[in-house]
Amino acid sequence: MASLDDLKKRISSVKSTQKITKAMKMVAAAKLRRAQENAEKGRPYSDKMNNIILNLSNGISDIENAPKLLSGTGEDKVHLCVVMTSDRGLCGGFNTNIIKKAKLYFQKILDEGKTLKIITVGTKGYDQLKRLYGDKIIERISFKESKNINYFDADKVGKIVIEKFEKKEFDVCAIFYNQFKNVITQIPQEQQIIPLNTSEKEENSSEDNYEFEPEEDEILSNLLPKNISTQIFKAMLENSASEQGSRMSAMDNATRNAGEMVDKLTIEYNRSRQAAITKELIEIISGAESL
Amino acid sequence: MSEEYSVEIVNPEKSFLSKNDVTEVVVPAFEGEIGILKDHISIISFLKPGIIKIFSKSGEESFYINDGIIEFKDNNLSILTSLILNLKDIDKEKISEIQKSAEEELNKSDINDQEKYLLDQKLEVLKSIN
Repeated sequence: MASLDDLKKRISSVKSTQKITKAMKMVAAAKLRRAQENAEKGRPYSDKMNNIILNLSNGISDIENAPKLLSGTGEDKVHLCVVMTSDRGLCGGFNTNIIKKAKLYFQKILDEGKTLKIITVGTKGYDQLKRLYGDKIIERISFKESKNINYFDADKVGKIVIEKFEKKEFDVCAIFYNQFKNVITQIPQEQQIIPLNTSEKEENSSEDNYEFEPEEDEILSNLLPKNISTQIFKAMLENSASEQGSRMSAMDNATRNAGEMVDKLTIEYNRSRQAAITKELIEIISGAESL
Repeated sequence: MSEEYSVEIVNPEKSFLSKNDVTEVVVPAFEGEIGILKDHISIISFLKPGIIKIFSKSGEESFYINDGIIEFKDNNLSILTSLILNLKDIDKEKISEIQKSAEEELNKSDINDQEKYLLDQKLEVLKSIN
């Protein structure tokens, strides 16, 4: 059995760990509220953008000449995956879940004999992917320095993607992120952004005749690059809310586990202290009896 | 019959402004300014850098925008923009900052005519504000 001193040390070390996890939980909870608000505030923009694009693509009659960002290159050989993760750890299964989802997709792509290219956003994703897919990663981006998520960061990622598309470096682009549902549930998402998925077209029954100024295709070709940045921005917002939510529940669990451990250790400590006292008493009594 | 309709301005971060007692909105569209009144035909248009004017019961408001898209449908006007500033509480420094970056862009050699046109527009508007 461990000595009393050792037990005492362990109890205090677990207690200080508990203090840290508790503090991290509090911080995550405060940040979560803000991130969640931001995510909710950001939704109207991307929803409206999507709506306009759907309306526009409905209006396009000449599919052949539609902008490439909408219709794709007509091929399906090179896939670009943008994997969005956090820059910090200690957030439970947050990063692992995205990576898992992404790896499934990667495997599928590679099994079909297609080429895979990866862009990682956030350092944790790079750390987890570099071992298996290190040679596939063509770019890694991190926004560790920027305190808040802002549109300009998303725009930077969007511009990189578009630039690569214009250079014909890939045919299909998908982004991976966690969608925030609530504090305990975050759903890893896979979203194809190039070519744009217009399968919702049928649901949108409002057949409106819009007046366009300038022409449809001109608006579309201006709007589509913006939409990519917007989708990435939305993913970043969702991701940050998910990260904080995931961290909060992970730290909550850690705090609870530390509490349980402290209880267990305290009982063990008290038992061995009592055992030591009893032993001493027996020694004294038997010593007195022998006289 | 009332002459009012509703307008919503959203930027990527949040819903910037939402009003439902607007009588007229003037937006700097690509091919010239458009004034939108109630029961305008459905329209989607691109905006160039400029000033949006909103006339409502409560008065007139002006905003500077960097770019944008408008969609008008069923008497709902949505304006999507990446940067919007209220002219009332505008910051001179901020304006000069934007102006400076626009000038820098303009001096780059690899810009096309359309970009150049937009940047020229932007500078003109910014100068008029300052």
